[in-house]
Amino acid sequence: MAVASARVKSIGAAPSPWLGAAMFGPAVLYILLLIGAPFGLAIFYAFSDARIGGGNLHFVGLENFRSIMQSPSFHKAVKNSIIFTIVAQIIVMVCANILSIALEKPFRGRGLVRFLILLPWVAPVSIGTIGWKWILDSIYSVITWVLVWAHIFKPYNAPMWLGEPTLAMASVILVHCWRLIPFSTVILLAGRTAIPREIPEAAAIDGAGFWRTLFQVNLPMMLPILSVALLFGTIFTFTDMTVVYILTNGGPFDSTQTLPLYAFNTGIQGSDLAAGAAISLFLVPVLVLIAYLMLRVARRTEVV
Amino acid sequence: MKRKLGPRIVHALVLIIFVVLLAFPFYWMVIATFKQNLDLYNVENNPFIFTMRPTLENLRLLFFETRYVRWLGNTALVGTIVVAITLLLSIPAAYALARLTGRWGERLGIGIFLTYLVPPTLLFIPLSRVVASLGLQDTIWSLVLVYPSVTVPFSIWLLMGFFKSIPKELEDAAMVDGLTRFGAFIKMVVPISKSGILTVVIFTFTLVTQEFVYALTFISPESQQMVGVGIPIFLVRGDVYFWGSLMAACLIASIPIAFLYNLFLDRFIAGFTVGAVKG
Repeated sequence: MAVASARVKSIGAAPSPWLGAAMFGPAVLYILLLIGAPFGLAIFYAFSDARIGGGNLHFVGLENFRSIMQSPSFHKAVKNSIIFTIVAQIIVMVCANILSIALEKPFRGRGLVRFLILLPWVAPVSIGTIGWKWILDSIYSVITWVLVWAHIFKPYNAPMWLGEPTLAMASVILVHCWRLIPFSTVILLAGRTAIPREIPEAAAIDGAGFWRTLFQVNLPMMLPILSVALLFGTIFTFTDMTVVYILTNGGPFDSTQTLPLYAFNTGIQGSDLAAGAAISLFLVPVLVLIAYLMLRVARRTEVV
Repeated sequence: MKRKLGPRIVHALVLIIFVVLLAFPFYWMVIATFKQNLDLYNVENNPFIFTMRPTLENLRLLFFETRYVRWLGNTALVGTIVVAITLLLSIPAAYALARLTGRWGERLGIGIFLTYLVPPTLLFIPLSRVVASLGLQDTIWSLVLVYPSVTVPFSIWLLMGFFKSIPKELEDAAMVDGLTRFGAFIKMVVPISKSGILTVVIFTFTLVTQEFVYALTFISPESQQMVGVGIPIFLVRGDVYFWGSLMAACLIASIPIAFLYNLFLDRFIAGFTVGAVKG
């Protein structure tokens, strides 16, 4: 009897490598051909003189990197990418924590609230951004209208939200936050509901107040999930070009230029594939770091 | 046990503030959609209310004088084909990694998940050459080719988690009854995984409507556009924005997707949390 059950079990447990390979082979091949190979090609281009419509490629060594490093636009792009990502992530994490606490306990209308809150994340990025472009319009901005109505600005004398460097940067950050808060909120919500009820309750019985429970019990327990939300958010902001492309196209005067947008404008609009590829390679160190941290999070939670 | 009034007011206030901030652009799209141009472009008028009668003119313009319907069609077509390709590649792969390959299958699974972190902005330059050399430039087939590279990794990851939650005894019983391993997978596992597969369908379709960088890079003719690129780029004539029609286009393209996505939210989140949440 024991022998029989052991045998039945072994059928299911036994890995069958050949069938397995045949089943995941096509997917892995596809990923290698459409992610691995283009990545290799990007590195190859970065060391060549590839142009759209150009003839034979020549190896030019570090020439592309040298000329990029000398471009003021590139410095601006690196700086902005870092600023946008960090500032947006700080705001997003604070807001998402507050919002996930507010959404944790059931209340009437929670489904509707969740739907409305999620809209920015779920709607296509380009479409949400064009909505903001209308809200921040130089003449018909609703924000301007309200400020004029409240007598904070005189008519036709209000700031141009997307036309002045500092305001344009703030607008880009605003749209990134708007888009990412819903995503981080639902992730944190998942983490929060997974904390066993008894632990915060025990803390409350022991006399810990709301803030103490939050900072000494809940947040430390949510550390893995907080890092997941933060890492995804960082990738989504750092590698995004849609928001800046639609909102400001890097302007005014490169004040909202970012790395991905600069790569697009150089490589595709400017036909200089080699320089564009070289610029986009500057995303790689950040991506590698994030992948590494993601693996650490995954591994640590597996051990626990 | 009655809750105190103070915290309840704070709670309600927090929710109201966030709902207003996050949903406002969509409310604003609704207003602009139905406003007459004279009303929309008069800074003296209160923008929050209809000073003049609401109109359907913006919608008429959008549907009959732009390529909007065509873009919706392109998006639906690409979405459907990419869903099919994604399912064909990711269902067997996820099952293999969950059941057949043992310890190193798990590592390969994490490796595949990490490729999801590779952004389009890193690959669009070389891929634009690949697409051009295959003669797919300026057609929606370029997107049919490339989009699965974005959807397959995450789909494999989602389905792997799903297949692992199915008890092994199910296939054991089927195999004792004479089915092969592959037969048990097709006849037993796939049918009871319907909700996991549906999640992948919605995820893939949403991603196709959301993607911007590849569509912008590979395709230039107006008639071949996807909805996400067509609206912001081609509903602008010269420097003139047709805001009423533009906002109508945004609204129509985003609400159905938002609704579908919302239904499957918990599953997507389970995929994103990389096992950082138990249970």
